[in-house]
Amino acid sequence: MSLSKRGLSLLGWLAGLALWFFCSATTSAQSCEASAELSEIAPGVFVRPGRHGMVFETPEIANVGFVIGERCVAVIDTGGSYAEGESLRCAMRNLTTLPVCFVINTHAHPDHILGNLAFKSAQTSFIGHSKLPRAMALRGDVYLARAASSDQGRLTPEHIVAPDRTVENTLELDLGNRTLRVEAHPSAHTDHDLSVVDIETGTLWLGDLVFMRHIPVLDGSLNGWLAVLAKLTAQPAQRVVPGHGPVRAAWPVAADDTVRYLTLLRDETRLWLANGGDLLGAQTQVGYREAPRWLLFDRHHKRNVTAAVNEIEWE
Amino acid sequence: MGIMTNRGLLATSDTPDKARLYRWLLGALLALPGIAVAGAAEDAVWLGGLKASYFGDRPIVESDEIIQLEAPDRAQFAAIVPISVRSKIPQTAERYIKTITFIIDMNPAPLAGRFHFMQANGSADLSMRVRINAYGWVRAIAETNDGKLYMSKRFVKGSGGCSAPAGADIEAAMTRLGRIKLKTRGVARLGEPVLTQLMISHPNLTGLQMDQLTRLYMPAHFVKQVDVSFNGKPIIAAETDISISENPNFQFYFVPERAGVLRVDVIDSKGLRFANTLAVEPAVALN
Repeated sequence: MSLSKRGLSLLGWLAGLALWFFCSATTSAQSCEASAELSEIAPGVFVRPGRHGMVFETPEIANVGFVIGERCVAVIDTGGSYAEGESLRCAMRNLTTLPVCFVINTHAHPDHILGNLAFKSAQTSFIGHSKLPRAMALRGDVYLARAASSDQGRLTPEHIVAPDRTVENTLELDLGNRTLRVEAHPSAHTDHDLSVVDIETGTLWLGDLVFMRHIPVLDGSLNGWLAVLAKLTAQPAQRVVPGHGPVRAAWPVAADDTVRYLTLLRDETRLWLANGGDLLGAQTQVGYREAPRWLLFDRHHKRNVTAAVNEIEWE
Repeated sequence: MGIMTNRGLLATSDTPDKARLYRWLLGALLALPGIAVAGAAEDAVWLGGLKASYFGDRPIVESDEIIQLEAPDRAQFAAIVPISVRSKIPQTAERYIKTITFIIDMNPAPLAGRFHFMQANGSADLSMRVRINAYGWVRAIAETNDGKLYMSKRFVKGSGGCSAPAGADIEAAMTRLGRIKLKTRGVARLGEPVLTQLMISHPNLTGLQMDQLTRLYMPAHFVKQVDVSFNGKPIIAAETDISISENPNFQFYFVPERAGVLRVDVIDSKGLRFANTLAVEPAVALN
């Protein structure tokens, strides 16, 4: 009885293993049919431009890319699906044969992390904020459910590759004669945002700490986000890569729109609550002056107001 | 996962996996093209067992004449969805609303809360914020003092509200765990219903947020019981569950017959107790 049970479970295990081998063999042998278009925004710094859209509705939403050193490559965000990660990897392979030693995830949103698996290898270390593993764990189920009801490709728990190295304050990564400085921030766009500076070219990758054209999405702390931007905009950079918007922008003016939106959201929410207004009313009254200035305003603004009320009523 | 047991039809199985499987099957069934209409969803979940498990074979009149539920067609933020009930009858000695039960069909624990009202409320209006885990009906069922049941319902599109965090910093929320804000809105007048807001700082963890790597759930921790009294006399007694959003937020009415102290007592699922009071000095209407 116990023998047959054990035999069965062994059989299942072997079948799983065989399936795994099969899958990894097919994926790694996949030819590069589709490779992403890239912009070289500074020497050795490449960005695949995002197109504005909603996660699990349209592909290639965020700006993602990589930095090539003399020894190896660091990928900064991997896109919204395995296929996106794969096409980014293929585009990279047209430029360099150096190994990918780091994949840096700026935060856990699906359009930034779901291509991770395409870069998984023994040589590659995945880097994230110290709160990224928890964020991935908490959100994973929702991503799987959302993907299951979308036509944006299959998603399994294996696609959500957690970091093997986390950052609490700062971390320097050596790519061979080229250093990336990774900084972990307190709660802002999310509670686990990272920014990355390529010291050689003065290029600052902001993840979703800055939005341009695409309305900012508040999933962390409104006050915290404004504080982080105040700190970052006080530091110089030759150019920045916003999470959404152009692949390259001037600093600190690139932050102007995000700061203006968040400030208005904070001030009008405070006023609304101080005058005895409730959440339902806030959703239809707060911040609408910003509507013509942003893409996807109708899809995110009310959610932002809800998050703002939830935070500011406890100030 | 003790939280999942004995909490309504969809979650009565003894393992979370089983309960999840049922929800998946149900979700898959409802997602079939041509069947995903409101009527089918209602039949499948409500008549298929929810109604019986909470109300037995008691007749329920579907009507917006006694209470009217207000909820958005589409949840902007499924973890925090504002809903409210407007009562259509005043709370008088002859006739009053005794209890309002909120059921969210597609949530893992469909019973969101049971709120017991008194004549001293003046009005059984109630606003709060809930989680919506999947497209489905939100129901408010009022029981009047003659024992009759009246249901008002709205279909809400939203998903992931129970398994997703609201996004705020969990540490920040835990440092002010149990803080309670209590305030009246506008001028409190003697003998007239005054709108009162109760805010409880609490993460209200659902126990359904799963770690993809360990396949373990974060333990549930939520507000279970809320009692509001004025000068020792009960105003509202509520049993609440994981469908209530983080930082539970309720707005309701009560009638101050004289000056006094409004008091709230909260018990959460770990047995932690929190309380706060508010002195209410109603103005006397002179004309």
